[in-house]
This record gives sequence, structure tokens and C-alpha cells, in this order.
Amino acid sequence: MSKRVGMEVSIAISEAVKMANVDVVAAYPITPQTHIVEHLSELVAEGELDAEFMPVESEHSAMSASLGSAAAGARTFTATSSQGLALMHELMYMAPGLRLPMVMAVANRAVSPPISIWNDHSDIMAERDTGWIQVFAENGQEAFDLTIQAYRIAEHPDVQLPVAVNLDGFTLSHVVEPILLPDQAEVDKFLPPWKPMLQLDPAKPISMGMFGIPEIYFEAKKATDEALVGSQKAIVAIWDEFEKLFGRKYNPIETYKTEGAETILVTMGSISETAMTAVDQMRDQGIPVGLVRIRLWRPFPDKEFKAAVKGAKKLGVIDRCLTLGSHANPVGQEVRSLLYQEKDRPYVFNFALGIGGRDVTRADFRYIYDQCQTLAAQGQDRCHMVGVME
Amino acid sequence: MKKIDAMMSWKEVPLGCHVDRPGSTTDFLTGDWRSQRPVLDKEKCIYCGFCWIFCPEGCYQDQGPEAKVFVADLNYCKGCGICAYECPKQAITMVVEEV
Repeated sequence: MSKRVGMEVSIAISEAVKMANVDVVAAYPITPQTHIVEHLSELVAEGELDAEFMPVESEHSAMSASLGSAAAGARTFTATSSQGLALMHELMYMAPGLRLPMVMAVANRAVSPPISIWNDHSDIMAERDTGWIQVFAENGQEAFDLTIQAYRIAEHPDVQLPVAVNLDGFTLSHVVEPILLPDQAEVDKFLPPWKPMLQLDPAKPISMGMFGIPEIYFEAKKATDEALVGSQKAIVAIWDEFEKLFGRKYNPIETYKTEGAETILVTMGSISETAMTAVDQMRDQGIPVGLVRIRLWRPFPDKEFKAAVKGAKKLGVIDRCLTLGSHANPVGQEVRSLLYQEKDRPYVFNFALGIGGRDVTRADFRYIYDQCQTLAAQGQDRCHMVGVME
Repeated sequence: MKKIDAMMSWKEVPLGCHVDRPGSTTDFLTGDWRSQRPVLDKEKCIYCGFCWIFCPEGCYQDQGPEAKVFVADLNYCKGCGICAYECPKQAITMVVEEV
């Protein structure tokens, strides 16, 4: 039986990591991720979690230690944010390429300059192409569930890839929400101990991270890409199993009131809850608008996304990250590129909002809906930055 | 059809491109990178082992107490010349490789 507890979402993630019975936590504190690793260090210190807690000297070391830990066959957790994730960047390609499962929570935060500790998705978008499975949580329960699920996904024999669980900094990481905490026995049933397919073992030596000459590098990258794209099958199967055990349904793409919607807004992360309220208000006024939320960002669920927006005339795709120097931002580019070859493709308009912690309100979504109608006549050359002062 | 210069299909790439056979790097003969090769004058050699110690590729082999000489494995010698530079008796000469 699960019990409902009022809990800060960061603490809930730590509890999920504890329930996943990890062997190693290697992390460096950074706002707004701090509470996650702080609580984990307490759990280890108090003997509630039998794990090695490595208080490393930087995020570069955190990821290095995590790689070594996973290579040795230990279930591994790390967490970071913003500049910390950027410092990990060089190593972010390693776990996917070496096929080392691990889980990282990213409390999404803007990247300097100017220095911002507040929320947007700039940090993870710089890691978009590294080969990590990337999911975005909408609320605290989802952040908790995704963390547990992430280990099952990462360690699945057909997957063997790292998973980044994204949660919006402060707007999710620091709020207290009612969280359904499952029993340890239920989690154990869902998440058995990891049996590594390959690990560093002096009795059976292997070399990891070897030289790749031009005659093999391309094939090695293709193999990683195939694993990442192919992981969706296992992800969906694991989410189905999770639903059977815990009663909560997870889909790569979620839809909200999209039936008969001529205009569909596309979001990721916690602003989706505000967007749903905005959609409710507009629907009450008879406006045919719906919402599509991307939960699984990498691998991108092409088929499910196309099905979710089918029949819509206009899409208002919302980014929490700016791709400087481009006509559109990551999610906008993704969607436009995906739909370009469709026969009956909708207009795809791209919007940026909530950058660097700028507040996002229901009125913003109404504004975006209105802009979609105007832009359908005018066209759109560049992304529309909503709420930026001229 | 484009000519494909690959060692294997991506489907055959081992998980994580890991190598499970220690020492397999010796499969790659790297001696053909060389533009000069070391030639030893056995008369001058005092069997001190400097060439063997200093060779960055570890390609000098001790031929034993009777032969009393170290010989570079030209399958792996890249012709850097460190052995010739370090030899206290100038017994090693770097000779241009003629094709």
C-alpha cells in the first residue's frame, strides 16, 4: 500500500533513490539541486541507505565517479543543474557510448550569463544530443515515479543507457506536494537488483572507452543511436508494467483536451499544469484548443507525437530554452522538422517563455493561442519571445 | 553504391564498443607509420638496455644473455629515434625507409 505524504519534491526524489536501493551516489551540490543530494547524504550517514556517498570536488568528478561506479556494476545516482551539468558536458557522451546505465536528476536551471539560479531548460538542451534518455516531470509524483522507473529503463537488457530525469528548478524541486510513497516491497517487486551485462572485473578483464579508428567510430555511434531509438519499446513496456503495479499511467506523449482542437499548445515540464488550466478556461469559452505534453524528449517519440497532433491546424510549440542565432528553439525545431514531410501538416509556431525564471501564467497561454491565430495569416520568421520587454 | 570502409556492421559492434580480449591492440601493425628505422651496429653495442628502457612503444626485445643485444620489432617501431638519441655508444643509426 502506498501512503500519501506531504513532501518537498527534492526530498521525494531522494526517497525514490533510496527505495531504488542504489549502491553509489556521487554528486556535487548546486542550486536548485542541492536538497536532493543533501538529503541523500543524510540517508547514508544515518544508515537508512546502504550506499557509498562520494562528496566529489566538482560535477566533472561527479560524472567521472558515476561512470567508474556504473562500469564496476554498481547502481549509481547523481544529480546536478545548470553550470554543473555544463561542467559534466565532456563526460555526458561517455555513459551512452559505453552503454553504462545510471540515473541523474537534473533540476533544470538557466545557464549564465547573466547568473541565474532560476528555472528554464537551457541546461539540459545543451546535452540534447549526447545519447541520454531524457524525460521531463510535470509534478512531484511524476518526478518520484520517473526516478524509480529510470533504473528499470536504464538497466533493461535492450537499453543499457543512462537516464536523465528533468524537473523544473524551484517551481518543482522546492515545492511541497502530496506524494504517494509506495511500500519498499512494491518497489522491490518492480525494480529487482541490477545484473550488469558487462562490468570491470579483474577475473574477466575488458577494456572500456577504447580508441575508435575511422573504420569503426561511425558504426559504434550508429549502434548507440539504434539503442537509444530502440529503447522506446522497453520504456513503454516498463511504463505499462508500472501502471499495473501502481495504477499511474505514463505515456511518451500526453494529450489534454485535444479532441476537436484546431490549435494545440505543446509544452514540456511543470508549466504544463498551468497550461491545462489555461486550456480549461479557453474551452469554457468555446475555444477549440488542446494541449500536448512531451514527457519523453529523447528518444523523441515521432509516431506518438504525430498521432497526438493529428487534425490540428496550428501548433503553438513552447520552449523554455533559446537557441541563439536560430529561427527556432529545440522543441520548435524538433516539431517543425518532424512534421515538414507530412501531407496535411499544421502551422508550427514557436514561442519562448519562462526564460531564466520569468513567471509563466495562464494569460501567457491565452496570448500564445491568440498569436497562433494571427501568425496563421502573417507567417512566422523567428521564434516569438513571449513577455520580453521591447 | 558508396564504397564502405568499415571494419564491421554496426550490428556487430560489441556492447559499448568494449574490448574483451586483452592485448588485442597488437593486431594493429603500426610500423608502416615509420619514415626512418633504427639500424644497430652490433660491434658498438654494450647490451646496456637503454634502447629497451627508453623506447616509448616497448618494441625493443631482449634477445637473451647469449645474443647480448636488443632488437626493435619493426611491426610496431614508428621511427621516433629516441633509441638512437639515448644510446650511449651511438650504436643505433636512423636510416630513411626506402619504398
